[in-house]
Amino acid sequence: MRNPRRPLPAWADIVLLPLINIALAFVTVSIIVRINGVDPFHALRLLVVGALGSPESIGYTLYYATNFIFTGLAVAVAFHGGLFNIGGEGQAYIGGLGCGLAILALDRYLPAWAMIPIAILAAALFGAAWAAVPAWLQAWRGSHIVITTIMFNFVAAALMVYLMVNVLIAPGSMTPQSRNFEPSSFLPAMQGNALNLSLGLALVCCLAVWIFLWRTPWGYALRTMGHNPEAAVYAGTDLRRMTMVAMGISGGLAGFVGVNELMGVHHRIVLDFPAGYGFAGIAVALMGRNHPLGIALAALLFGILQQGGAELAFEIPTITREMVVVIQGLVILFSGALVQLPRPWLQMLFALRRPS
Amino acid sequence: MTAAIALEGIDKSFGSVHAVRGVSLAIEKGAITGIIGENGAGKSTLMSILYGLYHADAGTIRVDGQPVRMDSPHAAIAHGIGMVHQHFMLIDGFTVLENVVLGAEGGPLLAGGLAAARAELERLERDYGLAVDPDARVADLSVGEQQRVEILKVLFRGARILILDEPSAVLTPQETDRLFRILATLKARGVTIVLITHKLREIMAATDRVYVMRQGRMVAERATPDTDAEELAELMVGRKVRLQLEKAPPRRGEVRLEAGHLGLVDARGVRLLDDVSLELRAGEIVGIAGVSGNGQTELLQVLAGIRPPSTGTLTVCGRTIDARHPGDPAEMRDLGLAHVPEDRLRQGMVAAFRASETAILGYHEQPQFNRRFLLSVPAVGAHCARLMERFDVRPQVPGLRSSSFSGGNQQKLVLAREMAQEPKVLLVGQPTRGVDIGAIEFIHRELVRSRDAGCAVLAVSVELDEILSLADRILVMFAGRIVGEVEGGADERTLGLMMAGAKAAPALSGAEG
Repeated sequence: MRNPRRPLPAWADIVLLPLINIALAFVTVSIIVRINGVDPFHALRLLVVGALGSPESIGYTLYYATNFIFTGLAVAVAFHGGLFNIGGEGQAYIGGLGCGLAILALDRYLPAWAMIPIAILAAALFGAAWAAVPAWLQAWRGSHIVITTIMFNFVAAALMVYLMVNVLIAPGSMTPQSRNFEPSSFLPAMQGNALNLSLGLALVCCLAVWIFLWRTPWGYALRTMGHNPEAAVYAGTDLRRMTMVAMGISGGLAGFVGVNELMGVHHRIVLDFPAGYGFAGIAVALMGRNHPLGIALAALLFGILQQGGAELAFEIPTITREMVVVIQGLVILFSGALVQLPRPWLQMLFALRRPS
Repeated sequence: MTAAIALEGIDKSFGSVHAVRGVSLAIEKGAITGIIGENGAGKSTLMSILYGLYHADAGTIRVDGQPVRMDSPHAAIAHGIGMVHQHFMLIDGFTVLENVVLGAEGGPLLAGGLAAARAELERLERDYGLAVDPDARVADLSVGEQQRVEILKVLFRGARILILDEPSAVLTPQETDRLFRILATLKARGVTIVLITHKLREIMAATDRVYVMRQGRMVAERATPDTDAEELAELMVGRKVRLQLEKAPPRRGEVRLEAGHLGLVDARGVRLLDDVSLELRAGEIVGIAGVSGNGQTELLQVLAGIRPPSTGTLTVCGRTIDARHPGDPAEMRDLGLAHVPEDRLRQGMVAAFRASETAILGYHEQPQFNRRFLLSVPAVGAHCARLMERFDVRPQVPGLRSSSFSGGNQQKLVLAREMAQEPKVLLVGQPTRGVDIGAIEFIHRELVRSRDAGCAVLAVSVELDEILSLADRILVMFAGRIVGEVEGGADERTLGLMMAGAKAAPALSGAEG
């Protein structure tokens, strides 16, 4: 009763609103591209063809999307518990460290059927552990999780540089990389492409997250905490423990980025492989409305932007790599941060169409 | 004589909800007009339209016969209309004077405005008998005094027409009487007063004329002397209502809950509960009376296991809890203690959840709702449908968002959830806050039925009428202590005095400590 505006019909909310956001982003991007003397429609076609024009480009698009699904789900799980996890970047990094360490320790002794699950588990555990520290600080010490998770990104980056330069570097190497993994740790991948079985893991995670949140008593308690902490206390939920659970799952999901990158592509531990996926996960979750299905679709869009953007920079020299980042940023801005911007306009339109 | 305010054919819809339907009324100048109706009858919406907070879809508002546009509270204030809200809009750390000038400071430098305001306050005090120390901090004032500040604020802005929205909700009976004396003085000085309430007693005591609203319509208008509480209740609900709860004497059984010298101190060292001892037996309803904010909320939290006591012990169905052995709400539930929290929206339910999800809050790990780690959606839905059927929750749609239900139906759903467990001990906070008369009757009968089935019921309420009709035994709380105990059906005056902290020595004194 307090808000006289009527809510939008579900289809408009789920389909129309994101489409309008993307269109708005495109209009804004067009202006910038036009200023650079490039026909925006030509650029758009290059971007789409670059992302979806061949099996190879589709493979890369899906490989990028895999990372976005992991980090998007990570943000969403925490968000349903009322926690804003900005630390996906660091959790992905440390998750990669976990799976890398497991492989470096065991890949000479274990066959693939044992090595791969152990490495995946290690990625989840390390990611979860990295998220558990800020969670503990919030639950028991009252430090705000937004601040601590951001800080832990920097700590993770510094730690990784130290480890790669001083400890894990392959003997005799000039670049800070570990030795190559044995093939027993390689995830099955598309021939000559980055796309690997991690995509399957990502889709399984989507389903698992949905089941956990909406079909288990623990997911129920977690959502109760997110919507109404007082009701959760009333219901007998230990908020501290639930904060640890939510952040642990969140960090574990982010850690899977390490699986996709190290076990699927690099086959060794390298520096800087999270490359901003952790932060982009926030926009992916926002755009996907914190629902696994929405996140999968948003991740696909982000994958298209990533792959198509690279192709675009390659094809048109006046559109530099930095320009592509700007374009991606604008799409994220409109479809993530400004996702609610067109809602009042739409509501007005719908009110005109069907006066009560 | 023209009416101070005339509303003609006012109509207002929110989406598909038709909140106000073609309402007309005339508010007589220099009189006290009451508007009575159940929650959701549209009286608050109507007043919000008059005060410029909402726009009417149709209809005219006339002030002194002239049609006016009320498009904001500023317009209403400019026309001499002032509103005293149910929840005070005061800044605790400011003085009375600073609060009164807030928003009407009269210039960039505070000093001049404050001096002028001080003079004006003195005049208002002389004219209307509204005595409040202008230099007192609002935080140090009693609730009744804070309300007087609210009234002063409105008069200071030049209001000649005063709208009071449920003004007695936070007052003791004595403070309410005092408020009505102030209203009578204001009326004698020519101020027009509109009193919105759902309390029949106040309408009968204070008003000259009363309008009754039901489901958005104005269903009746009466000169107060020509009507009585029974007729008004019937008009409000649309059918005959029993105002008197009928119940047999209690048949008390064993002690189910025993509190021994409970104390609770918060992080700042404030004593919230002080040496509270009570026992609750099977088959009785114990009522906790008291003005809101005297430790009832904290007592419920401690009894329900939400907060551990700082000192003292609590024994529930054989389990003893103290500061070193805290309980938790889940454990208390397993022991057979059910708790209907005071603030159902904030505690008892999750507004964004479906009704069916709210219907398992706290019981979501019970095997009946789970099939091997997974919540069974059909089982949860069926459970909710059964509760809705049994407690007549409307609409009977388990898939609807919890926030879409009216206050009374939300309360019935929460009550149904807790009672469905057939608890040994039932704690109920504000059983009928924000609930319609029709639903109040139903909830009271259910509580008595539960008592007769052998449940030990503890009801906390700030509504004295409710405690008086419901409880077999009444404990009065003041400043975190239990200051007196009387049998049910006791004298309202005595209780009122105890609620205000007077050291009463009732005949049946069982006051602890």
